[in-house]
Amino acid sequence: MNYIQFLEMRPEVSLLAIFVAVFVYDLVARGKWRHYFHPVVCLLLMLHTAICLGESYREAELFSGMYYTCPMIGIVKTILTGGTLLLVMQANKWLRSANTTHKQGEFYTLLLSTLFGMYIMISARHFLLFFIGMELASLPLACLVAFDKYRHHSAEAGVKYILTSMFSSAVMLYGISFIYGTTGTLYFADVANNITGVPLQVFALVLFFAGLGFKISLVPFHLWTADTYQGAPTVVSSYLSVISKGAAAFTLMVVLIQVFAPMIKYWQTILYILTVLSITIANLFAIRQTDLKRFMAFSSISQAGYIMLAVIGGSKEGMSALVYYVLVYIFANLAVFGIIETIEHHTRSNVSRDDCNGLYKTNPKLAFLMTLALFSLAGIPPFAGFFSKFFVFMSAFKAEFWVLVFIALINTVISLYYYLLIVKAMYITPNDNPIPYFPSSKYSRISFVVCLAGIILLGICSFVFEEIDKFSFGM
Amino acid sequence: MNILNLFILLPLAMLLALWAARNLRQIRSVMVVGSSLLLALSIYLTIDFISQRSAGADAPFLYAASWTWYAPLNICYSIGVDGISVAMILLSAIIVFTGTFASWRLQPLTKEFFLWYVLLSLGVFGFFISTDMFAMFMFYETALIPMYLLIGVWGSGKKEYSAMKLTLMLMGGSAFLLMGILGIYFGSGATTMNILEIAEMGNIPVNIQYIFFPLTFLGFGVLGALFPFHTWSPDGHASAPTSVSMLHAGVLMKLGGYGCFRIAMYLLPQAANDLAWIFIILTTISVVYGALSAISQTDLKYINAYSSVSHCGLVLFALLMMTRTSCTGAILQMLSHGLMTALFFALIGMIYGRTHTRDIRELSGLMKIMPFLSVGYIIAGLANLGLPGFSGFIAEMTIFVGSFEQPDLFHRCVTIIACTSIVITAVYILRVVGKILYGVCKNEHHLALTDATWDERFTVICLIACVAGLGILPMWVSNLIDGGVGNIFSIIYP
Repeated sequence: MNYIQFLEMRPEVSLLAIFVAVFVYDLVARGKWRHYFHPVVCLLLMLHTAICLGESYREAELFSGMYYTCPMIGIVKTILTGGTLLLVMQANKWLRSANTTHKQGEFYTLLLSTLFGMYIMISARHFLLFFIGMELASLPLACLVAFDKYRHHSAEAGVKYILTSMFSSAVMLYGISFIYGTTGTLYFADVANNITGVPLQVFALVLFFAGLGFKISLVPFHLWTADTYQGAPTVVSSYLSVISKGAAAFTLMVVLIQVFAPMIKYWQTILYILTVLSITIANLFAIRQTDLKRFMAFSSISQAGYIMLAVIGGSKEGMSALVYYVLVYIFANLAVFGIIETIEHHTRSNVSRDDCNGLYKTNPKLAFLMTLALFSLAGIPPFAGFFSKFFVFMSAFKAEFWVLVFIALINTVISLYYYLLIVKAMYITPNDNPIPYFPSSKYSRISFVVCLAGIILLGICSFVFEEIDKFSFGM
Repeated sequence: MNILNLFILLPLAMLLALWAARNLRQIRSVMVVGSSLLLALSIYLTIDFISQRSAGADAPFLYAASWTWYAPLNICYSIGVDGISVAMILLSAIIVFTGTFASWRLQPLTKEFFLWYVLLSLGVFGFFISTDMFAMFMFYETALIPMYLLIGVWGSGKKEYSAMKLTLMLMGGSAFLLMGILGIYFGSGATTMNILEIAEMGNIPVNIQYIFFPLTFLGFGVLGALFPFHTWSPDGHASAPTSVSMLHAGVLMKLGGYGCFRIAMYLLPQAANDLAWIFIILTTISVVYGALSAISQTDLKYINAYSSVSHCGLVLFALLMMTRTSCTGAILQMLSHGLMTALFFALIGMIYGRTHTRDIRELSGLMKIMPFLSVGYIIAGLANLGLPGFSGFIAEMTIFVGSFEQPDLFHRCVTIIACTSIVITAVYILRVVGKILYGVCKNEHHLALTDATWDERFTVICLIACVAGLGILPMWVSNLIDGGVGNIFSIIYP
């Protein structure tokens, strides 16, 4: 075995190193050193993000082709890592609260191992490795969802998540077994060469789709989403909605264009239906939600539908649009969830839309950031969300899905309605007893500034997109 | 340094300065300095444009420049102006300037109000200077969204309902519009989103034009208050604070007409010729129905909002008539309506600020109490009903003469029907003037009211000067816009 090859997977190696470091720190740190746990993790993650960012963009194949990395994959990993860093920063207050402070270490290790799972999932070029990565990405998440185990909702959400997650894994595994049965191999490249579109393979595709559909929470595989998001600690909901979803969406696209390319007609039809359903149904349900986390759950389902618009063409443009969309979405969604988190921490209860009434009077900065983030989610210029939505529409339009684009566009109006309901609550609805002013923690503030910069600058500065576009690939 | 970029940079600088402003005084000075600079800049632009044109510069767009923005998607930030955009920029600058004074005493959250107000004007200026479809669309939407907060927070009446209705309807329109833009871009197979280049290629297949012309036209038409998508306009105007009504009716609704002309008709000429009749019918309904609705309203703002529906309908009507004269008339009508309506809404805002009612049944005999405002109101009214010497006359005259040049029966008939709106306009204007300004004041609280303050007088006088100026010296403006109209017209109607 050639150990040099491990150097080719630097993101994974450095993540593992951090994982071990955090684990050891958790074991040995006592007294005032515990106090520095959070900053140390932030620092390590920052270092790791820098390593990912500086990762020399090159292609490599390891373990006889099971593991593959290319510049695009490097970029996606960097995006996911950066998002995780922001998220850990926002988690500061929650992690230091009485119920969680003693199990901080567990939070970090679980979080890092899911991230590691996603790395593997993205880089896998073999269904077995892919499956292991996916499991590694979802099992620790179940523990994270149930992290506030003393809260009834959190435990319940954890059970819901693990059951659906296991179920979807089983379904997917079943699909993979069909693939193996009909092609005799699990390597992506070999499978692609042997795909002929026989009924068993179509069945395999459907099962595979269902499995990943659960992860991306597309309608009709979305039923776990709202309950889980509501019950889970806000940081974890946030992680589920951006990082986990982004990784799964990217993987779906890669698998579809690399493995199932000959069956394009089948999966385009499936995607078409799922996209319409996800966007429309999630939008209609989101209107009725008053709990902000449930609301964001449905919003994230509809956003997933928009991401699928980029997948459907299977083109190079689509991949750039997808990765860019995920990047922009991470900033906007993390800002919203971060704000929910700080408010929640302050009021010590779930945040509903009515709690936001009059927020602008007492906490103008938070309300302002929230407004911008919601506008970005709704796709309003000059914020980054407008650009990402436009590019997604463009890629689907180029693939001649005109009606689909039109349906999605009409849905942006519906989504604007429910995003504006929150803006209205914060700015317009009078409230005699708004949430009083409270300062947010230093770490959250830094993450908010980063989110704000992302929301405003990512669209206007085109080089980010161009950099992504340089390395994207399609069918 | 391209002078047009200043129209983006200056509002941006104003946004930053407002952000940093600490008290009311600083906010006001930022606004006054910024909007005066914008006005000065637009006047300079106009003069320079005219002198360049008369010196023989005959490119379709002057000051044209282009910077690649998103190279992989062929998106550029391209700017350039022709006569029409110069006139529109001048109009916008005048209204932003006067609107600043009209909201001089606005409370509360003055800083936030002006932040959104400047963002709105940034969108408007950006829209008029852009020649790239993506940039245009971006600025278009940038101009729409601040309306929600401007109406929702600082409005009156059922403001939340109106703000939401307005935003959603306009965003629905822009959904249609985006479809149209993508259709034009991919349909032409162009490697650019530049309007001029796509128009010169002129190779969009006719069946694609048939799909995307209605979408694009409707998309802009919603903002131009095209029947039956005009319902946001009365509610929105009635609830909006004064300066927002001014900016919205005066400038924002012009984005619709401008876009219809510049994108829908210019880039999809064949479909525009073939399908115009559908929209001609709709706009004729707008014109007459808007005027008739105005008669039966009792709220001053609703009256003017419906009058705007009628007048903006006339803009689209004239564009679709597709004679060179009528198209020139349409642009003149945009300018004239923009100035008149801004004046109207400014005056209504001032009257409402004193009497706290806009119901014409509760107002009477204001002429004796506030003579300055009343005279202003009469002038605005007379301009609105098309009295010679004011801008309304010039615009409507040009439109109807131009429309009648179309020889066939259909066009003649709708022109005659649309002409009746002139009479109806006279009815609702004179009814209001008679009712609220003359007679005996019945409400004794009103007797103690004062006339206009200095900032209000300044606003009113500026706008009246513009309305009268356009009426007395129309040739000056029509020469300015003629080149632009001719260029577009040569594509639409070769």
